[in-house]
Amino acid sequence: MPVLFGFAAIIAIVATVMAISRLNAVHALLYLVPSLLAVAVAIYALGAPYLAALEVIIYAGAIMVLFVFVTMMLNLGEASKRQEQQWQPGRGWIGPTILAALLFAAFLVSLLRAGPPTAAHYVGPHDVGLALMSTYVLGVELASMLLMGAAVAAYHLGVAVVGKQQKATEAETAAKVGAP
Amino acid sequence: MTHMGLLLAAVLFVLGLAGLLARRNLLMILVSIEIMLNAAGLAFIAAGAAWNQADGQVMFLFILAVAAAEVAVGLALVLQLHHQTKSVDADRANHMRG
Repeated sequence: MPVLFGFAAIIAIVATVMAISRLNAVHALLYLVPSLLAVAVAIYALGAPYLAALEVIIYAGAIMVLFVFVTMMLNLGEASKRQEQQWQPGRGWIGPTILAALLFAAFLVSLLRAGPPTAAHYVGPHDVGLALMSTYVLGVELASMLLMGAAVAAYHLGVAVVGKQQKATEAETAAKVGAP
Repeated sequence: MTHMGLLLAAVLFVLGLAGLLARRNLLMILVSIEIMLNAAGLAFIAAGAAWNQADGQVMFLFILAVAAAEVAVGLALVLQLHHQTKSVDADRANHMRG
């Protein structure tokens, strides 16, 4: 399991570095998918197979589909890539890298003080389900309400854009039909 | 082993933070937030594996729900902003008037 975890960790880190540094949004998303899949393998190696499956289905599946769909819908193309090249002279990364390195140093210090490393225990779906439906049942209800609210909000925000676009195309076709 | 899990979570979180600070493309900012949320969830799972408790995995499930809700609303906002400004530049939103 440590070997599997090591492989997954290396792939996850490399893919994430590629994902945050790509100029084209579609390329970044394509690199993010192997990153999330590698994290799923790492989660499996840590002894949580149920959550590894959920990571593949929800993160690498549902959320990525949403991202890819919106990126394709925006249809950014060549102009946005040129704009990105103007934004990325390289110097823009200095400040963020220093801040991130400081935070990472803080993480490292707290990890080194955390005491001797322990073995990863296997916690199966049965225990997770029991905890979810007994101790955390209120949290499950709240999560369902949050998702419902998010769906309503996304519909409300999206319908204005899509409705306007539809009206514009309808007006265009009406003008074309009316012109001759 | 669980220390390595926490270390991986720290590296991924820091990478997401650097991307969030450095990029100006709204889509890439959302991607960086996803990376950070995912790293936080991984830290919860490593902690749960260290203590032999299911609570860490339950927390990851809640983070999953929050990430899904966040990305749905966030992408709808990106669509709306792209419709108004014809760009995914975060700086274009600095002159919103109502």
